[in-house]
Amino acid sequence: MTPQGNLMVLAPVTAGRESELRTLLASMNREPGVVDPDNALVPFRRLERVHFARFVILDDRTLDDITIYGLPRVDYPLTVAFIADFDGPQNSFIDDLVRVAGSGLSRIFACCGFTGGDLQSWMNQHRVKPAANYVNTVGRTMLQVREEAALRDFICTYLRGAGAPVVAKMSPSQIHQSLRELVKSSGIKLTPPAPTPIGWRISQLINFITGLLFIPLAIVLLPILIPLGIIYLIILRKHETTDAEVDRRAAPDIQRRLAEIEDHDVTNQFSALGTLKPGWFRLLTISLALTVINWIARHIFTHGHLGRVQTIHFARWIYLNDKKRLYFASNYDGSLDSYMDDFINKVGFGLNLVFSSGIGYPRTNYLVFDGAKDEQKFKRYIRRHQLPTEVWYDAHPGRTAVDLARNTRIREGLERSSMSDAKTREWLQLF
Amino acid sequence: MPSAVDKSDVQGLVRTGYNDMIEARFHAVTIVDVTAARAWLQSVLGRVNNSLTKDEGGDPAQSERALQLAFSWSGLQKLGVPASTAEGFSLEFQSGMGGEANRSRRLGDVGGDAPERWEWGGPNNAADLVVMIYKIENLAAWEEEVQGPLWSQAFRVIASLDTSHLDNDIEPFGFKDGLSQPKVDWTLSRKAKSEEFDFGNLITAGEFLLGYPNEYDKLTERPTVTESEDPKRILTPAEGESGRRDFGLNGTYLVFRDLTQDVRGLWQFLDKQSAGDRDARMKLGALAVGRTTKGDPLVPLSDQPIAGIGPKEEKDNRFTYDSDPTGTRCPIGAHIRRTNPRVADMPSDTKGFLKRALRILGWGAPRPNDDLVSSVRFHRILRRGREYGPELKPDDAVKQTAPDGIPRGLRFICLNANITRQFEFVQQAWSMGTKFAGLTEQSDPLLGNRIAINGCLTTATFTVPQQTGLARCVEGVPQFVALRGGGYFFLPSIRALRYIASLTPSS
Repeated sequence: MTPQGNLMVLAPVTAGRESELRTLLASMNREPGVVDPDNALVPFRRLERVHFARFVILDDRTLDDITIYGLPRVDYPLTVAFIADFDGPQNSFIDDLVRVAGSGLSRIFACCGFTGGDLQSWMNQHRVKPAANYVNTVGRTMLQVREEAALRDFICTYLRGAGAPVVAKMSPSQIHQSLRELVKSSGIKLTPPAPTPIGWRISQLINFITGLLFIPLAIVLLPILIPLGIIYLIILRKHETTDAEVDRRAAPDIQRRLAEIEDHDVTNQFSALGTLKPGWFRLLTISLALTVINWIARHIFTHGHLGRVQTIHFARWIYLNDKKRLYFASNYDGSLDSYMDDFINKVGFGLNLVFSSGIGYPRTNYLVFDGAKDEQKFKRYIRRHQLPTEVWYDAHPGRTAVDLARNTRIREGLERSSMSDAKTREWLQLF
Repeated sequence: MPSAVDKSDVQGLVRTGYNDMIEARFHAVTIVDVTAARAWLQSVLGRVNNSLTKDEGGDPAQSERALQLAFSWSGLQKLGVPASTAEGFSLEFQSGMGGEANRSRRLGDVGGDAPERWEWGGPNNAADLVVMIYKIENLAAWEEEVQGPLWSQAFRVIASLDTSHLDNDIEPFGFKDGLSQPKVDWTLSRKAKSEEFDFGNLITAGEFLLGYPNEYDKLTERPTVTESEDPKRILTPAEGESGRRDFGLNGTYLVFRDLTQDVRGLWQFLDKQSAGDRDARMKLGALAVGRTTKGDPLVPLSDQPIAGIGPKEEKDNRFTYDSDPTGTRCPIGAHIRRTNPRVADMPSDTKGFLKRALRILGWGAPRPNDDLVSSVRFHRILRRGREYGPELKPDDAVKQTAPDGIPRGLRFICLNANITRQFEFVQQAWSMGTKFAGLTEQSDPLLGNRIAINGCLTTATFTVPQQTGLARCVEGVPQFVALRGGGYFFLPSIRALRYIASLTPSS
C-alpha cells in the first residue's frame, strides 16, 4: 500500500508582482474555475501521482476583525500557496514536479522571491506542514482510482450493451464468474498494491502508540486533570460569553467571484483563511483540537468517512504567521451550500471545536454546542472567510468519493474467486 | 414571539393552492409607470386574499376568488422599497433565478433551459411582479375587476400564463399530484430540536414564513426598514432588531418555474422500454415517479404514525423508505424519493446510546450508502403550482404518431423561507444531482436535463434495483421537462403590501 503525501509551498508575493502572478495563474485556466490539465505552466495531467492540486492567493479580507479585541489590524504580507495531494513520498514528488513543470513553476515563483537556481531546494525551504491532515481513503492511489474506474466503466458498458442478453438468464454466481473471465480476457489492468513502505509503518505505529499512551497517562493524572479541567471550563465559559461575533455578509463582488469558479465539476475546492482569537487560551484550545483531529484522521478515519461525512476527498488545516492565523483547504463533493448543510447537520460539533478559535465565529457553548447550528450566521462566516482558489486540478473529474469507494468494492468482489449468494447479489447491485 | 401566526396578515397561497378555484391565470408583468403601478396596488389591496378561512373569520368572498401578488427584487426597487432591505433580502432573491451562471449550473438550467432562452424571466424579459388570479368560475370578469383601468398604464405584460385543471388532481403526465406537502406549524407549537431521530412532516412555520423560528430554531434573515422609513407605522416592530420595522414578517419567497412537459415523449419512451406492453409501461412509469398514476406509494405504509400526517393523508403519506433501503420496491432515484427522501437527522435504526455514539462517528451502518442523505426537514417546500394544457391520457399519448403541438406542462410554484437551503437544495442536490444517494450517471427520471458531465459516461440512465442482483438499467432517457421561464419572487404579507402601496416616490 502506498500512502498519500501532501505538499504545501507557501511564499510571499513580491511587492508589485501580484497582478503578474494573477495573470500567470489565470493563464492555466480554460475559463475561471476550469483548469486546462495540459496548460503550459504546470501540466497537471502529466503528474500522474496527483489527486488534487491548487494555487491560491491568501488574501485575507477580514483583517480588520481583530479590532473587536481592541488590537490593531495587522497587515500580513500577501502570500501564495501551492498545494498538492499525491501518492508516495514528498521528496520524489518534488523531483517529479521540477522535472515536469520546472520552468512553469519557476515563472510563477519568480513572482514570490524565487530568483533562479535550485528550484527543488527553494520549494523545500518554503514547505509548510499541516497542523492536521485528512485523507478520505489512505492508500488508494491514483493508479488504483484510474484502473478501478476503467474497470467499472468497462463492466457497466458491457452489461448495458452486448452483455445484457448474455447475463439475462444467468444466476448471480454465474454472472460473477463470467465477468471475471471477461475482465481477465479484456486486458484490463488491475495492478496489485505496492508493498507498504516500512518507514511509514513504523512512524504510524509510533504515532498511534504515543496517542494511546495519553489514555493511561490521563487516568494517572486524573487528580490533577479534574481541577485543571474545571479551571479550563470556567475560562472557556468566560470567553464564550464575551467573545464577539462578526456577522456580516461577504462583499457581493467576492461572492460572485467565488460562485463563478464553483460547480463546474461534481467535486469542488474550498479554501478559507482567518485570524485566530488572541491570547494563550484559544491557542491552547486549537492546538489540542488539531492535534487530536490529526491523530484521529491518521489512525481512525482512514477509510471513506470523516465522522458521518463521506464527501471529503482531502482536507487540511495549516497555521500561518506563528499560529496567528489558520488556513483550511478541502476538496469535497457537491456544492458549497450542500457541503455546509452536511457539515452543520452531521459534524457541527467538530466544526465548532476548531473554528470557534477563529475571530468572529458564531457563539458556541461548551466548545462543541451551538456555533455552526446557527446556520445562516455560520454560512455567512464561511463565505466571508472563503478565498477564491485561482487554479484547481481534480485528477478524476466526475467521480465522487462515494464513486471511488464503489469502484473499489467492485474490484474487490471481482477479485474474489467465489462469494456467498447474498454477497454476490449485493455485489451485482453495485452496477 | 406571538402564540400563533396571524393568518389575516399572510397571503392565502401559503395556506392553500386554491384547488377549489378551478380557473386561474398568472400574469408576469414589468412596471412601466411606477405611479400608476402604486395606484393600481392601492386599488387592489382589499382584494388580496389572506390565509383566514370563512370559519376563522375570513371574508366569505375569499372562498370564491383570489388575488395574490409576488414581487421580484427589481419590482420592489422600482416601487421604492428602501434600499436597506437589501441587507435582509437573501442574495439569491436579489440575483434572481436566472441571474448568475453558477446558479444556472447548479439548478440544471443550462443548454436549452438556460435563462437567455426563456420566454419570460430571463435577462431580456425579466418580470417585476407576478399577479396570480383565481376564481371558481368566470375568471374573465374577476380578472377585469382586478386589472381595472390602471393596468395597461402601469404594466407591460411579459407573459399571461393560462392554467388548466385536470380531473382527479393529476398533472399532465397523468400522475396524481400534490399528495405530499409539509404540514405548516401555524400554531407555533413545534420547537425544533437540535437532532431529530424520527422523520416528521410537521415543519416549523419559519421554514415557510419569515419572522418565525425555523428548523434550526433560528429566525431566517429577513428585510426590515427603519422607523423613519415607515412614517405611517404600517409595519410592526421587528423582533430582535430594535429601531426597525418588519417588512419580511409573514412574507415568504416564491419560486416560479414555468415548465413544459413532453407527455407524448414520456409515454412513448416508457412504451418502447416495455416492448409495447401496457402493464409494463404503467409499471415502469410508476417506478420512475415513485407512485402509481393513482398516487399509491410503492412501499408499504409504516405501522408507526408520522408526526404531521393526519388520518386523511395516511393512505397516501404514512410511509418512509426504511423498509426499502436498496430501492428494490421504490428505486432510490424515483422522482418522489429524490425530492423527499423521508429521513430524519440520523439513519432510522439509530436507537440506544451505543448505536447513537457509533453513528455520530459514522460507523455501524448496515450498507455503505445508508447515511448519504439525511435531515429532510431542512429541505421542504410548499408546492403551489398549476398545470396547463388539456389532458393527454397515457394510452392516447402512446398512440399519437406526431406531436399535436399543444403545449402542456406545469406552472411550478413553491414557497419557502430560504430559497438556497430549500428549493435550490432539492432541485440541485436531490433532483438534478447525478450523484444523489450514491447513484451515478442519472438525474431525476422526470425532471433531469441529461446534460453531459465531464468524466461520466452518461447522465441519461435510470436504474431500477432488483432483489436478484443486477439492476435493470433504463438507458438513453430523454429530457421530458423543459424550463421556459420563471424567477424568484417575494410574496409579501398583507401589511407589507399596504406598505409598498403607501410608498411615496421620494421616500
